[in-house]
Amino acid sequence: MLVYLIRRLSQAALVVAVMGTIVFLSMYAIGNPIDLLAAQDASDAEKAELARQLGLDRPIWEQFLIFAGNAMRGDLGKSFVYNEPTLRLILQRLPATLELALTALVFSVALGIPLGVYAGLKPDSWMSRTIMSGSILGFSLPNFWIGLMLILFFAVELKWLPASGRGETVDLLGVPVSFLTWDGLRHLFLPALTLSLYKAALVVRLARAGTREVVMQDYVRFARAKGLSYRRIVLVHVVKNMMIPVVTVLGLEFGSMIAFAVVTETVFAYPGMGKLLIDSINRLDRPVIVAYLMFTVLLFVIINLIVDLIYAAIDPRVRLVEAKG
Amino acid sequence: MKAIIISALAATIPFAAASGAASAQDLRIGLASEPTSADPHFHALAPNFALAKHVFEPLVGMDESQKLIPNLARSWKTLDDLTWEFKLQPNATFSNGQKVTPRDVIYTYCRLPFVEGSPANLAFTLKNVVSIEGKGDDTVIIKTSAPAPLLPNNLASPGIISADVFGGGKNIKFKVGGCEDFGNNPKPVEFNDPAKAIGSGPYKFVEFTRGAQIVLERNDNYWGEKPIWKKVTMKPLTNSGARVAGLLAGDVDIIETPSIQDFDRIKGAGFQIAQALSNRVIYIQLDQFNDPNWKSPGIKGTDKNPLLDKRVRQAMTMAINRQGIVERIMGGVAAPAGELLPWPMFGSTKDFPIPKYDPDAAKKLLADAGYPNGFEITLGTPNDRYINDEKVAQAVAQMWTRIGVKTNVDAMTASTFFTRRTKFEFSAFLAGWGSGTGEISDSLLSLSVSLTPSKGIGTTNRSRYSNPKVDELVLKAIETIDDKTRESLLQQASKLVADDVGIVPLHFEVTPWAFKKGLGYKARADQYTLAMSVTQGPSN
Repeated sequence: MLVYLIRRLSQAALVVAVMGTIVFLSMYAIGNPIDLLAAQDASDAEKAELARQLGLDRPIWEQFLIFAGNAMRGDLGKSFVYNEPTLRLILQRLPATLELALTALVFSVALGIPLGVYAGLKPDSWMSRTIMSGSILGFSLPNFWIGLMLILFFAVELKWLPASGRGETVDLLGVPVSFLTWDGLRHLFLPALTLSLYKAALVVRLARAGTREVVMQDYVRFARAKGLSYRRIVLVHVVKNMMIPVVTVLGLEFGSMIAFAVVTETVFAYPGMGKLLIDSINRLDRPVIVAYLMFTVLLFVIINLIVDLIYAAIDPRVRLVEAKG
Repeated sequence: MKAIIISALAATIPFAAASGAASAQDLRIGLASEPTSADPHFHALAPNFALAKHVFEPLVGMDESQKLIPNLARSWKTLDDLTWEFKLQPNATFSNGQKVTPRDVIYTYCRLPFVEGSPANLAFTLKNVVSIEGKGDDTVIIKTSAPAPLLPNNLASPGIISADVFGGGKNIKFKVGGCEDFGNNPKPVEFNDPAKAIGSGPYKFVEFTRGAQIVLERNDNYWGEKPIWKKVTMKPLTNSGARVAGLLAGDVDIIETPSIQDFDRIKGAGFQIAQALSNRVIYIQLDQFNDPNWKSPGIKGTDKNPLLDKRVRQAMTMAINRQGIVERIMGGVAAPAGELLPWPMFGSTKDFPIPKYDPDAAKKLLADAGYPNGFEITLGTPNDRYINDEKVAQAVAQMWTRIGVKTNVDAMTASTFFTRRTKFEFSAFLAGWGSGTGEISDSLLSLSVSLTPSKGIGTTNRSRYSNPKVDELVLKAIETIDDKTRESLLQQASKLVADDVGIVPLHFEVTPWAFKKGLGYKARADQYTLAMSVTQGPSN
């Protein structure tokens, strides 16, 4: 297990280093931030002075070495626009995005698993057919469109829920969270639902396939023969076993929900990391873009690792193989 | 853990319930772009200036049409060509009750060039200033090295901060390049702390949470006329669709720049729209660099640069149907332009002629200039910077193609566009210019005066149009104190540029605001959204 962990970690470090290089260098292909930052009537001398302050007057390899050196020490630079450490900017936005992604995850599991298991247990009923066709919609409708429709219906027409922003926050262990206030929940509902629909559709499909596979297994038949209640068979034997692929996929999808909630956050003007990324791209705030992408890479690497560990916890066979290997 | 959550819940329920309904004295604003800092001197950027005006008042104010009005200074005049005297309001106080003194003014101006990490500081407002001194407790004397008629316009930008709160030196003395006994120079982040961000304005900071909201509270000690709104919440809703949805859903009461396409829907839902002609002109620059070694990058079908011929430029401006662009592409929310600033702003001319749309005459001019079969040109444009920028460029391209100048549009995101423009990569490009001072001198100095990096003038004249007569007139104007003479010089210069077709003005943008019934907004040329200008009941 330890060898496995070390091997995984060194692979991860390599991925982070390669990504860092690519991201940093590619930032230089998309325009000069000085032209956007400086006042519109700034003279060339003023622009040169600004470039000097930001370190943009140095040759690119020198800039890269400075960046790489600082990054090793965990310093990803300061934002050009806000003059604050980029990591702090990202971490300030992290609770909002985490909250959104977690809520969406809860929604997709709460919606997806019961529907998927039902469809798996009774594959031929008309309800199951409806669920399955519904999941196709969940897959194929674009995220931003769903968001816009939800806004139009629930916010603009019915005026039940707010259309944009994040609600009232309270500090929970020093972290501002909004899911503990009524206002915060109201603001959270629509974006989380938007973000969750695609995943819910995915979960429905996985859960259905998993359930159908599991009910055919010998241990389920044995349980039935033993005279266990239907409830117990489904909840313990079927659901627990079909969760394995669901957990794997959800783990990865959770990462993508955190890193790429960009569209949903933009449509709902939700102040998360995705919106920070879009704003930074528009302003060519290179350090923030680079830091964000580095953060994302790290996030995925960690999530992958955790998924592997959970996987081992759920499935004894994986544990056995790892123990041998 | 559970106990913490429950107690947190219990604590927040009454709070949350209270925050649900907005009281009649609350105003919620949806911003199109977010200020980058609460520090009024951090970034010379319109959203920052607009926010600062609520909390930190400058010496000089500007009304809706950017006409100068008293603010912290009740009056100002020149003692001689190089000396200005500003008289402070006798009763002006900061929100902590302290009087605004010349020392605060000097402290503020001393800080301008030295704001930590500023991407574009406000030092330009003190151009040519050599000394600033306090006289008594209500007079500030400013001396300049050359006549600076625009000093009051410039001083309408930097908000005055309190020297005592931030620990400014007791005997601070202004000096170019660094003041004596300056004292503490606050970091920009310190202004996020409402206890420190003390100004003399009608509002006080309550909260500045980047990306989420800015909350202001009425300054009940305000020395001037108190605004009607007790609490103002500004939410950055940078996506135009989200902004309009937020307004229609009742999340916010007033929004900046709803997109033209949404006007019918907004009006249909019972909301209102206020508009003001802005100080921003949308123009096209045509490469006029007269250098034997220069090959204009975007021109094909001829070896020479046809744009150097005035007849060609005339043909190209006459080929454009400005009225058509305004009506069909801008939905009527713009005004055709003949010069760089709309009447009645300073230096503009009433009924300035707008180039007549006449494609036949344009073709004839092209033939006279030796291009009966036209030529090919590429028109560069940003596609996310100005209202409908790419669509306007497409329309112009069609109009030029109609007279035989086959035009390709090269549209790109603003960041790439500005970088390429700086490197002279366009033979023709579309862009916009807003006059920060509200005077045409600002526009002429940046767009039409010969590009002279050593003097820092003509910085955005990327066509490299050059007419010594224009240079002379503008440079003379910006050192002429007398308003009448200056205005006349600027009008002459603007006319010369138009006669040369040195630049091709297209239209002036109109800035819209949309708000719920029962409100009014005094729409402003500088595009600022000020809570002080939002009225209850229709304005006008």
